[in-house]
Amino acid sequence: MREKILISGNEAIAEGAIRAGCDFYAGYPITPQNELTAYMAENMPRANRVFVQAESELAAISMVMGAAASGRRAMTSSSGPGISLKQEGISYLAGARLPCLIVNIMRGGPGLGNIAPAQSDYFQATKGGGHGDYHCIVLAPSSVQEAYNLVFLGFDLADKYRTPAIILGDGMLGQMMEPITITSSASGKKQVKKPWALTGCKGKAPNIVKSFYMQEGDLEKFNKVLQKQYAQITQKEQRFEGMHLEDSEIILVAYGSTARIARSAVQSLRKKGKKAGLLRPISLWPFPVGIFEDLLKKKKKKLRFFVTEMSYGQMVEDVRLAVNGRARIDFYGRAGGGIPTEEEILERI
Amino acid sequence: MEKIFTRPESLRDVDTHYCAGCGHGIVHRLICELIDELGIREKTIAVCPVGCAVVAYDYWNFDCCEAAHGRALAVATGIKRTQPNRFVFTYQGDGDLAAIGTAETIHAANRGENLSVAFINNAIYGMTGGQMAPTSLLKQKTTTTPLGRNPALEGYPLKICELLAVLPAVRSLERVALDSVGGVIKTKKALKEAFINQLENKGFSLVEILSPCPVCWKKTPQGAWQWVGSEMTKTFPLGKFK
Ligand SMILES: Cc1ncc(C[n+]2csc(CCOP(=O)(O)OP(=O)(O)O)c2C)c(N)n1
Ligand code: SF4
Repeated sequence: MREKILISGNEAIAEGAIRAGCDFYAGYPITPQNELTAYMAENMPRANRVFVQAESELAAISMVMGAAASGRRAMTSSSGPGISLKQEGISYLAGARLPCLIVNIMRGGPGLGNIAPAQSDYFQATKGGGHGDYHCIVLAPSSVQEAYNLVFLGFDLADKYRTPAIILGDGMLGQMMEPITITSSASGKKQVKKPWALTGCKGKAPNIVKSFYMQEGDLEKFNKVLQKQYAQITQKEQRFEGMHLEDSEIILVAYGSTARIARSAVQSLRKKGKKAGLLRPISLWPFPVGIFEDLLKKKKKKLRFFVTEMSYGQMVEDVRLAVNGRARIDFYGRAGGGIPTEEEILERI
Repeated sequence: MEKIFTRPESLRDVDTHYCAGCGHGIVHRLICELIDELGIREKTIAVCPVGCAVVAYDYWNFDCCEAAHGRALAVATGIKRTQPNRFVFTYQGDGDLAAIGTAETIHAANRGENLSVAFINNAIYGMTGGQMAPTSLLKQKTTTTPLGRNPALEGYPLKICELLAVLPAVRSLERVALDSVGGVIKTKKALKEAFINQLENKGFSLVEILSPCPVCWKKTPQGAWQWVGSEMTKTFPLGKFK
């Protein structure tokens, strides 16, 4: 079944989650993602699923932990300040190897900041965020359709690798309305078995879900298991979209909403005969380092990267690591209310 | 010959790490006896605390889940809401339930989650070495109240049963004490009611168990049991609150 509907990014994520088989949602109100929570409140019970308005984000993520430990598809959503509170639970989920989906519709920070769109939580999302050596899979949609689609992928990857996954959007994407094509149940939910889930020990040995390893050597052993998993994810799950990458001399690197602005900048440059391209990371962790490697290997003479973000320079650090001194990298970013405009980008190129 | 006393199937045959005279081991056993007697071991999911009972899952022979410090009732909410036909209980100390997890406690109770709670009030933080708990008695000396708990600075012992009693969604609340053999028997009876309430879908039930921590109280096991009966019960009156 395929149908076309006009919907906001926040609601598209919610609709995608329900269709991907999300069994449990817990959330706490925060702008600019409130439409997502409201959509879940209305539609989860209709689909015979569980919706809980939690007393805080600390509680919401722990409720998600309980539902995930039960072997269910579980999800929460929030923005900046709320995501900071969820870091406790996210670290426990990673440590207990529990799959779940966390949505961050980013707003301005630090502190209470404001409710304007921003991309300032990139470090928090991609570098761990909470305590301990862990990563979450991070997916960054740049259109409402893609936000909808990545929910399915997020749940599937979380289940496959037994890890929390994050959809990292921003206030612009969350609020914006676009027509999308709804596809029914393309999700891999049915394929995953969860023999570790807590469902009662009838006919089997009891299961324990925990992240605590006090015996000497045990935690190190466990951390190595995690690291092996992360190496596998890094190898297999890099995702990006490229535009005119083959012949480009200047490549704009941007993700999410900012990539839409960068795309228009590339189109303008092309019209003027400039060899410009766009590299849009879709997976922020793992960062798509492979494509940088390919481009740098193939490069003939000049190759320059221009990174633009709604932050004062976070993803650019991963670009620098990927390029490792082999090409020039420029950066332009704004955050706190301002959005990099096409004109500002073109001026700086 | 008929065997009339044995280890419950729900209790693993391993040594625990609890100090001599500690209340935790006794409550573990009572819970396991009840789970066996009610025949619910295979549908039980426990949520363990962060506190001295953090590795209760090593002693219990049924499914168990960890929770971050204070978040047991939020984790239990996620489990019970997705598996309403399983038996889900939390086991929490006073730091866990009444300090860092106060919000989770009040709101799970206020939502009337169909859960059972074993709340171990030992008036101190055992695991971290004897700091003041929200339930520490006035004048009680701890590592963080070396001169004794002073209400002008540290407030008064927090009475969880009394606080929760005003919430309409709470089904049952009882305070018992591990101060004697009779107290142990009453504790089992109170836990049984809390468990059966859940099995009969009656909603949130909590049993507050005044429990000895001889090591952090710097008392002998016997002295600690006496102190529960003679001192703790003055601040925390026993009985059924709801
Ligand atoms: C977020 C966080 N803060 C602090 C701690 C350290 N900590 C571990 S147990 C505990 C208190 C335990 O006291 P209680 O809940 O009364 O249980 P008891 O050990 O007395 O049984 C603390 C503060 C922690 N593990 N996590
Ligand atoms: S420190 Fe206290 S609560 Fe902890 S095991 Fe020892 S006696 Fe029990």
